[in-house]
Amino acid sequence: MKPAPFEYRRPETVEEVIHLLAEYGDEAKLLAGGQSLIPTMNFRLAQPAMLIDLNTVEGLDGLDAGDDGSLRMGAMVRQAMAEKSALVAERVPLLAETLPYVAHAQIRNRGTIGGNLAHADPRSELPAVMLALAASVTVRGPDGERSIGARDFFAGFFETALEEGELLTEVVLPPAVEGGGQAFLEVSRRLGDYAMVGVAASVVCDGAGRCDQASIALLSVGSRPMLAERASACLVGERPSRATVVAAGHAAGNQDIDPPADMHASVAYRRRLATVLVRRALTTAFERAGCVIGEGAS
Amino acid sequence: MEVTLTVNGVEHRADVEPRLLLSDFLRHGLELTGTHVGCEHGVCGACTVLMDGAAVRSCLVFAVQADGCELATVEGLAPGGDELHPIQDAFREAHGLQCGFCTPGILMTLVPFLRENPDPSEAEVRAALSGNLCRCTGYQNIVAATRLAASKLREVEV
Ligand SMILES: Cc1cc2nc3c(=O)[nH]c(=O)nc-3n(C[C@H](O)[C@H](O)[C@H](O)COP(=O)(O)OP(=O)(O)OC[C@H]3O[C@@H](n4cnc5c(N)ncnc54)[C@H](O)[C@@H]3O)c2cc1C
Ligand code: FES
Ligand code: FES
Repeated sequence: MKPAPFEYRRPETVEEVIHLLAEYGDEAKLLAGGQSLIPTMNFRLAQPAMLIDLNTVEGLDGLDAGDDGSLRMGAMVRQAMAEKSALVAERVPLLAETLPYVAHAQIRNRGTIGGNLAHADPRSELPAVMLALAASVTVRGPDGERSIGARDFFAGFFETALEEGELLTEVVLPPAVEGGGQAFLEVSRRLGDYAMVGVAASVVCDGAGRCDQASIALLSVGSRPMLAERASACLVGERPSRATVVAAGHAAGNQDIDPPADMHASVAYRRRLATVLVRRALTTAFERAGCVIGEGAS
Repeated sequence: MEVTLTVNGVEHRADVEPRLLLSDFLRHGLELTGTHVGCEHGVCGACTVLMDGAAVRSCLVFAVQADGCELATVEGLAPGGDELHPIQDAFREAHGLQCGFCTPGILMTLVPFLRENPDPSEAEVRAALSGNLCRCTGYQNIVAATRLAASKLREVEV
């Protein structure tokens, strides 16, 4: 047997989970899809003394449409379920577009939305989507419930704003905005591998065809997913054009990020990927927002 | 911990340690060694089985989590005797395997995939099998065998 021995619990309510977390402190680990946790346990990189299985907890796998156009997704919604959901495709097309890039089908059948976000892998696609859409997560702990915006949630390398004793219970995706458009792109060695660089872009154009908002989230460029602020500054207030998206790409690749080198990609290659992917993702996002840029920016 | 689960239509009851992986339970507990174990961290796909109809990595599920589930492994594919399942038949015919180590995981991945995609394109097949590593074939014949399997299954269905 590969994982070290542990005690195993199958609570049925969120309250029970919170009690167990309070009782066992950092000896305990939550088990969601297990697709990131079990590999580390198989290698004994993680040896929790207590494993709290969230798969039996009620009320964590809902997909609910809010009257205002928002979407609430329980932490235990499987990635595959969200990928196939007509409601997700309608309300949050960027999420539906991105999910096929998350690992492989067999892993998405178990892996959960909440587990992916709580794991906070800087190479993960979904945190970038949450940032681009200004989504928030709901967490619960001994002191009750609080909501954390994506910007504050992803605190660092595999680190989140979750405090000890808290669990993530749901993700709230804000309603789509009139004049909005989004796109996701990444480059990886093979479909399903972690990307060398990826980008989730969300733009909003006003009635006069000017860019009102631009959120450009990058993944695999540092210790956490990040918003490319200088790239956004090239766009907001301007009429989207080939020139502005090219400028935004350069700002993202050369100014916004300070990417690492690893065996998959050098610093220079990551900068180049960010430059090109941001330009392409923005071109598509503006087209989807109804602002055609022209001159075939690819 | 007591678990009751069904594997290829047969109910099993067992007392297992929580840390026992489903892959090891199938191979050592039930002696169903058709499910292979390559990497044990979710990368190779050799251990793929169906859990309530969905393809999953059995090395990334604890046996206790399969309590109450219906499992299907490669041993349950062939209808019996000398007869092969249409997907197995296509793999034999189109040389979709060499050493065969990756094959059980690939077959189990394809069962639900071909049910949902009866006429997949080459690109769709490659995407569906992106999580299954094969060290022998170079994948060409696996893709060809999958498309042949799809056509055989379409014939069976009509
Ligand atoms: C081969 C392979 C390739 C992969 N490729 C990708 C990829 O390309 N992109 C990608 O994004 N991911 C990838 N993954 C990871 C996959 O998406 C995981 O499913 C995901 O990161 C973790 O989700 P999970 O539900 O499996 O969580 P688990 O593995 O169960 O948990 C992960 C961590 O989060 C904690 N946790 C889980 N749920 C909660 C909660 N509700 N509240 C608080 N803490 C919680 C756990 O305690 C644990 O520390 C890959 C995995 C594998 C094995
Ligand atoms: S043994 Fe399970 S994926 Fe490799
Ligand atoms: S046939 Fe040998 S690994 Fe695929």
